[in-house]
Amino acid sequence: MKFVDEYRDQKLARTIAAAIAAEADPGRSYHFMEFCGGHTHAIFRYGVQDLMPENVHFVHGPGCPVCVLPVGRLDDAVELAERHGVILCTYGDMMRVPGTKQRSLIRAKADGADVRMVYSTLDALKIARENPDRQVVFFAIGFETTTPPTGVAIKVAAAEGLNNFSVFCNHVLTPAAIGHILDSPEVRGFGIVKIDGFLGPSHVSSVIGSQPYEFFAEEFQKPVVIAGFEPLDVMQSVLMLIRQVNEGRHEVENEYTRVVTQEGNLKAQALVNEVFELRKSFEWRGLGTVPYSALRIRDAYAGLDAEKRFELSVKVSKEVKSCECPSILRGVKKPTDCKLFGTVCTPQNPVGSCMVSSEGACAAYYSYSRFRDRKPADLEAVE
Amino acid sequence: MCLALPARVVELLDGDMAVVAFDTVKKRISLALVEDVAVDDFVLVHVGYALHKVSQEEAARTLEMMVEAGVLKDELEEISA
Repeated sequence: MKFVDEYRDQKLARTIAAAIAAEADPGRSYHFMEFCGGHTHAIFRYGVQDLMPENVHFVHGPGCPVCVLPVGRLDDAVELAERHGVILCTYGDMMRVPGTKQRSLIRAKADGADVRMVYSTLDALKIARENPDRQVVFFAIGFETTTPPTGVAIKVAAAEGLNNFSVFCNHVLTPAAIGHILDSPEVRGFGIVKIDGFLGPSHVSSVIGSQPYEFFAEEFQKPVVIAGFEPLDVMQSVLMLIRQVNEGRHEVENEYTRVVTQEGNLKAQALVNEVFELRKSFEWRGLGTVPYSALRIRDAYAGLDAEKRFELSVKVSKEVKSCECPSILRGVKKPTDCKLFGTVCTPQNPVGSCMVSSEGACAAYYSYSRFRDRKPADLEAVE
Repeated sequence: MCLALPARVVELLDGDMAVVAFDTVKKRISLALVEDVAVDDFVLVHVGYALHKVSQEEAARTLEMMVEAGVLKDELEEISA
């Protein structure tokens, strides 16, 4: 495991930390948003923040798929399982996310609904084949990494004539969300949230490539560095961002060339294009309505679209008022600013989505950082 | 759930499927999203699909990191469940 040691070598970490300290201009502050929940987790797990100078800050972004799904869509999934009596297949992270009145899929299951946790869309197809007299719906969530597997399942079901299978599609797009954050009043108008650059998500970028980020690097004049999940990858990427800021550059750079290319996985992209098309707009928890930020199933595969097969009621979905997930997802607040954090809301008994998934900012704070000194988040954000 | 896990391809099956080995756990996965994969290649596997080919060094590095972060055990349990 020679290579592993090399990538987590303490000396190397100190060397990068020293370079960051030397190159970070004490006269300015640097706020970098890590979009991806995997990075949030790595930053906390390895204490990367503690290796940074005081003027280098991480702003946690909305790249946790279960965190950004609005309550209404989760309520729809509960309705599919309870009222329509389907076998609802879902990824494990989704099971415990609370919907309106704290109703989650796991509670629906406890009350008799047929909700099944699957590892893969392959498992959902298998369940459909084994239960020809039941309707089987795959509750599809996630960013660009989980979309191609959903696309394959739709194509396989169409080819096999698996008529009892359908997909409730909630796939969302990373670049649209980043663009929306940069365009939000908090960032652009009021300057409440300062963002000087982005750590780009590595596995998402392995699918879409680095090219999609070029638009907003240029449009919003913010540097982007695509970073691997290793702590040293994150540190190296921070150094690359600091250099861009200092030199007034705003380019897309790729620290994770071991896996990410400019064009990405073309086969996966072609498949996604064949099966899905852009929605005009989609609701995100925290971000609100974001134009062209999500995908729906194309008409050619409309027969496999659960939204067309089942009639879903219009409902008044409610989030818990005191839950700060929406502000935390926009980088406006920190988990410790939330009254519920660590008291009413814990990973064992989550009130908001950010506490459910290990990639959520609240869960990461709770696991690794809840005993650090608390300080008013806005102090850092306004500066 | 965004994590992708490297695995070694053990056997190629019909219908774009393959058997891969994650550490000690073997699993049937889909190769529908990648091209030109051979036995003994390493692939990044995400929710039952290979997303990318990776080098053996990259695979070893990622696995080791996951062991250290304490997430490999959970991921393997999820895969074998």
